[in-house]
Amino acid sequence: VQEKEELIEEWQPEPLVPPVPKDHPALNYNIVSGPPTHIITVNGKECINFASFNFLGLLDNEKVKTAAQASLKKYGVGTCGPRGFYGTFDVHLELEERLAKFMKTEEAIIYSYGFATIASAIPAYSKRGDIVFVDEAACFAIQKGLQASRSNIKLFKHNDMADLEQLLKEQETEDQKNPRKARVTRRFIVVEGLYMNTGDVCPLPELIKLKYKYKVRIFLEESLSFGVLGEHGRGITEHFGINIDDIDLISANMENSLASIGGFCCGRSFIIDHQRLSGQGYCFSASLPPLLAAAAIEALNIMEDNPDIFRTLRDKCERIHKALQGISGLKVVGESFSPALHLQLEESCGSRENDVKLLKRVVDYCMNSGIALTQACYLEKEEKCLPPPSIRVVVTVEQTEQELDKAASLIKEAAQSVLN
Amino acid sequence: QKNGVSNGTLYKKTFIEHFEQAPMYVAVLTFLGFGVGTIFGYLRDFMRAWGLEKRHIAAEREQQKDFVPLYQDFENFYTRNLYMRIRDNWNRPICSVPGPQFDLMERVTDDYNWTFRFTGRIIKNVINMGSYNYLGFAETDVNALKTVTIELQKYGTGICSTRQEMGTLDKHVELEKLVAKFLGVEDAMVFGMGFATNSMNIPALVGKGCLILSDELNHTSLVLGARLSGATIRIFKHNNMQSLEKLLRDAIIYGQPRSHRAWRKIIILVEGIYSMEGSIVRLPEIVSLKRKYKAYLYLDEAHSIGAVGATGRGVVEYFGMNPDDVDVLMGTFTKSFGAAGGYIAGKKDLVDFLRTHSHSAVYATSMCPPVAEQIIRAMKCLMGQDGTTQG
Repeated sequence: VQEKEELIEEWQPEPLVPPVPKDHPALNYNIVSGPPTHIITVNGKECINFASFNFLGLLDNEKVKTAAQASLKKYGVGTCGPRGFYGTFDVHLELEERLAKFMKTEEAIIYSYGFATIASAIPAYSKRGDIVFVDEAACFAIQKGLQASRSNIKLFKHNDMADLEQLLKEQETEDQKNPRKARVTRRFIVVEGLYMNTGDVCPLPELIKLKYKYKVRIFLEESLSFGVLGEHGRGITEHFGINIDDIDLISANMENSLASIGGFCCGRSFIIDHQRLSGQGYCFSASLPPLLAAAAIEALNIMEDNPDIFRTLRDKCERIHKALQGISGLKVVGESFSPALHLQLEESCGSRENDVKLLKRVVDYCMNSGIALTQACYLEKEEKCLPPPSIRVVVTVEQTEQELDKAASLIKEAAQSVLN
Repeated sequence: QKNGVSNGTLYKKTFIEHFEQAPMYVAVLTFLGFGVGTIFGYLRDFMRAWGLEKRHIAAEREQQKDFVPLYQDFENFYTRNLYMRIRDNWNRPICSVPGPQFDLMERVTDDYNWTFRFTGRIIKNVINMGSYNYLGFAETDVNALKTVTIELQKYGTGICSTRQEMGTLDKHVELEKLVAKFLGVEDAMVFGMGFATNSMNIPALVGKGCLILSDELNHTSLVLGARLSGATIRIFKHNNMQSLEKLLRDAIIYGQPRSHRAWRKIIILVEGIYSMEGSIVRLPEIVSLKRKYKAYLYLDEAHSIGAVGATGRGVVEYFGMNPDDVDVLMGTFTKSFGAAGGYIAGKKDLVDFLRTHSHSAVYATSMCPPVAEQIIRAMKCLMGQDGTTQG
């Protein structure tokens, strides 16, 4: 007993948190005063906003604000309860119906936070013992969802269908060895429509072929492509002209194009209804504040009434993509129609820290001259496949052609002065 | 059974909690009821499989019938047969502010709860004993919501960016300072969703090689955060200090399983008020245990902030303790403040660490400005800073 007391006395735990150096870049973040719209005031300086994901410019739209005000008068701010206990408002039901109709699926379900959407949807279907094939460049929310689901995860190289087919074939030979187990192991492929980390699209037609050949279900995450791709903004399925019933679950967040907060999943009732009882972020969390739901409904109305904004957005993306080519020292990563591109260093200068510092100087140069950019932030220790450091350039419908040209020339100048 | 005061000197007021034990016949009848329900469930499944009864539940696509089934038959047994019978008790939609009275939408079912139909009639002025509107801040009074309306007009509804990139508004800075002042700690950080606050920050604070001691009845968000962190989890009986002390002693003496190396950190996860039982945490005893064994305490005050304590500062005030005793104070704004979101407060080093390493700061959008304004006005009212004595 004496020994035990001594052990207890001697044990020293680590400090709760390790000390953070004072000059860590994340501690000196940019403070935005006023709304993060087209002209944004960062750290007291007015700049043109090339950093917020406000693709359709709905953040500052009067109609959206009016709808939110009306809802505020009627419902107040919060819902004070989860969906199961009087937290379901008629605006939630209306938004779910509208989203299902817009995406032409049977049903939709709303979450109150974009990150929680995919992180709750994946563990609802995929449990321990199931197999999930996921792209290497999947975003962090997907990684957390996979971690929470405890399934076997197999990563395939980014957009490499041959690699995926190889993995699927290997899985098939495994199945032959143990057919009883194979009959109960579910298989999923999780891909994103427009990847946040690299800016390219996934080859959906080939994925559909693989789906029917190897009998795997597809979960598509459309956070960036909803409201951007496709003739009417329905996302990557419309872009490639694929029947939406072929995709088992589409999940997206409303924080990018719809300029609201929250996320939704849509698909057939067979699949979506399950989440109403087993989606953790849905059952155990308060529902979306009604003013945000009303804002999202109004944003959907605007999207349906003006289908040509998608065309305009695509044109602007192509323009800036072309304008940013040929900068010495920086290369453009991303499809030409992707509104969120990355600018990576052509040659890294050795360590990631130095790359980050160099890019920060480019960003600071641009900010001092009136263009607000940001570096893509990652948690270095937690990501499975850490993308290289880059600057993110976001195109929105509100930017005029002169502003796009100005931004491109400014970035060229910044790169010249900092990198040479 | 009454839970009496175990260590009277720690408590400044008497602490008595009553938990009625269910009488025997109720327990027996409940189990019988489940049994009968299960038998009928099997009977119905049999009839459905043989086509004697219509299948109401949604079915898989024709083209995908030869895929591995998405749901195991047994997983859905409970949903199909037992839950469907009583489904109309939950998810009732309302169409007004969730104040002391609200308007309920009438909902009928024609086929025993498989589908619902809204008749269009609204039942007005239903007394609300279901929403978590503890302090009544869910209101639509124009005067009260004046500042929120102004902020909504100025800022709009979305942010479209993460905290670390371009999403930190001056409103967030103001709110964080106010929260820190309200709780009496050095600094605070706010997040967009209460559930996500737990599930994204616990993994940032603890990792492999650490030990988490969590109460039996902790909320799903705490359990999810603990699982995602990768640390070892040990559960102690609900509010039972002897069980907790035994676990702490064993942990320090025997170290990690198999390797017997010392644990890196030990963290105790408790809630202020437990939503399922209605019991309050025994905070003075836990703090004394924590000091003795050098563990860290994470207190989740989702229900108790704003509702418990003489001036609404939570269980820390209710027991008359110092906020510095608790290492990590966490809470949500959904219940007492009538808004949405969560916060974590504590010493400045802790909050600085979370600003840089929390998953939510890097990958998830920040709180939306009108909601932040609602919390600011509610807190100012509670602190008496708005000039009235309503708080």
